[in-house]
Amino acid sequence: MKKLINSPEDVVREELEGIQLAHGDRLRVSFDPFYIVRKDAPVKGKVGLLSGGGSGHEPMHGGFVGAGMLDAACPGHVFTSPTPDQMFEAGKAINGGAGVLQIVKNYTGDVMNFDLAAEMLHEEGIDVATVLTDDDVAVKDSLYTAGRRGVGLTVLMEKLLGAAAQKGMPLSEMKALGDQIRASGRSMGMALTPCTVPHLGKPSFELGENEMEVGIGIHGEPGRHRVPVASADEITEMLMEPILSDLPFHRGEQIILFVNGMGGTPLIELYIVYRKAAQIAEKHGLKISRNLIGSYITSLEMAGASITALRADDALLALWDAPVNTPALRWGV
Amino acid sequence: MDQLTLAQARSWIDATASVIAENAPHLSELDQAIGDGDHGANMTRGFTAVVKKLTDGAKTDDLGGLFKLVGMTLLSSVGGASGPLYGGFFLDLGKQCAGKQTLDAQALTAVLESGLNDIKRRGKAEIGDKTMVDALTPAIEAMKAASHDVTSATRAAAETARDAATKTAPLLARKGRASYLGERSIGHEDPGANSMALLLGALAGVCHE
Repeated sequence: MKKLINSPEDVVREELEGIQLAHGDRLRVSFDPFYIVRKDAPVKGKVGLLSGGGSGHEPMHGGFVGAGMLDAACPGHVFTSPTPDQMFEAGKAINGGAGVLQIVKNYTGDVMNFDLAAEMLHEEGIDVATVLTDDDVAVKDSLYTAGRRGVGLTVLMEKLLGAAAQKGMPLSEMKALGDQIRASGRSMGMALTPCTVPHLGKPSFELGENEMEVGIGIHGEPGRHRVPVASADEITEMLMEPILSDLPFHRGEQIILFVNGMGGTPLIELYIVYRKAAQIAEKHGLKISRNLIGSYITSLEMAGASITALRADDALLALWDAPVNTPALRWGV
Repeated sequence: MDQLTLAQARSWIDATASVIAENAPHLSELDQAIGDGDHGANMTRGFTAVVKKLTDGAKTDDLGGLFKLVGMTLLSSVGGASGPLYGGFFLDLGKQCAGKQTLDAQALTAVLESGLNDIKRRGKAEIGDKTMVDALTPAIEAMKAASHDVTSATRAAAETARDAATKTAPLLARKGRASYLGERSIGHEDPGANSMALLLGALAGVCHE
């Protein structure tokens, strides 16, 4: 294992120390328990937006803390859900009297830990609502699985709900908007290489020189199918067709199209993927009203990409365009 | 042996911490095949934190206090799904044992069964879903069928759980990250069933001494 780390045990703490030093003008980092919070929290009268998850997906979630997006983020150990005490303390720190909305990716551990935190915050007299993301079409949503995984849509959800909260939308409407976004977005991802969790020291799965995994999540877990490596255009088709047919998206609709790198794929390749994805969207009669291209929800150094399409109306586009000022996403300021 | 005492329960927690740490690479290897490979590390971190609190002199006057401390510590240190599941399990044991200094075999069985129900409720898991429930459920049945002393009841639980954990291999995972793999989860033992078997093995160990 070759990594730019000091020791596997210190990875998350030392990352947080770096974030504190780099962005201390806007953010405050709590080290016991771990969470990142807007420096001006709690913002009085505004719904506090809370998210979190395992580390290793940077810049998500800590990089999205700031005006117009998250109020706080709780990092767990690498690829491991954070714990209820973190969310409880972060939730208290961001409650400006209008309640707290939790954005939770649909993984068994995340859901259980955020549920416990919601109970604890509720007992503290704080209004709490939760929105799930479960946009990964590679996983069948059935009684016999843990349900679809939350992946790329989470980034868009955090931006859009962050803007809504900043405009003063009350908690109940935020929850309804979150559910609407959840129902309107779909994603799928693939990997060319596995990734190595620092404390494990070896890759999460083995891939031959000419193999790739299609249908991966964001935790280095193997996907649903292992197939021979194909061209960028063919891979993009393998991702786009299931995404577009799942919702389904209809001709004439507007979408936000998000091409995401898994951590080890350069922007030059992501634009090649975007090129084909845009052609496919056009073929289906979809209008790409906004786009996002870059590595925003990653799986350590994994090479690969995911695509997310979100059906959008003018109200959502206005929220998308609203100012955002975070370490990883910044415009309009 | 007729009763599990507070001192033995404390030894059980120490023994669990040791056996989890020893087997951490194996648990992580199992988890890597069908999950994300952190089960050994997470459980080790949790039980190390528990032992540290006990060694530092956290006060536990009865079984209820001991199990509550274990539960709260696991909840805030393990993370993932195992944190709430094992944390909730021990918190439930704590509630059942409030004010108690000892448990006879029947009471111990009832307490563990209540903990099992907490896991099933929280994890929405049933037998056959390829989870820790598959190790604990038959273990409790074996305790009920065993003779009414703690030594033989816990030995029956440990042996049954060990066997049941290996029998999770052919099952199709329906809960947790392993379920994302669909058919590819078949052929691998469940890491949670294995850590549960270690926990029960450690219990039998201290009740045998």
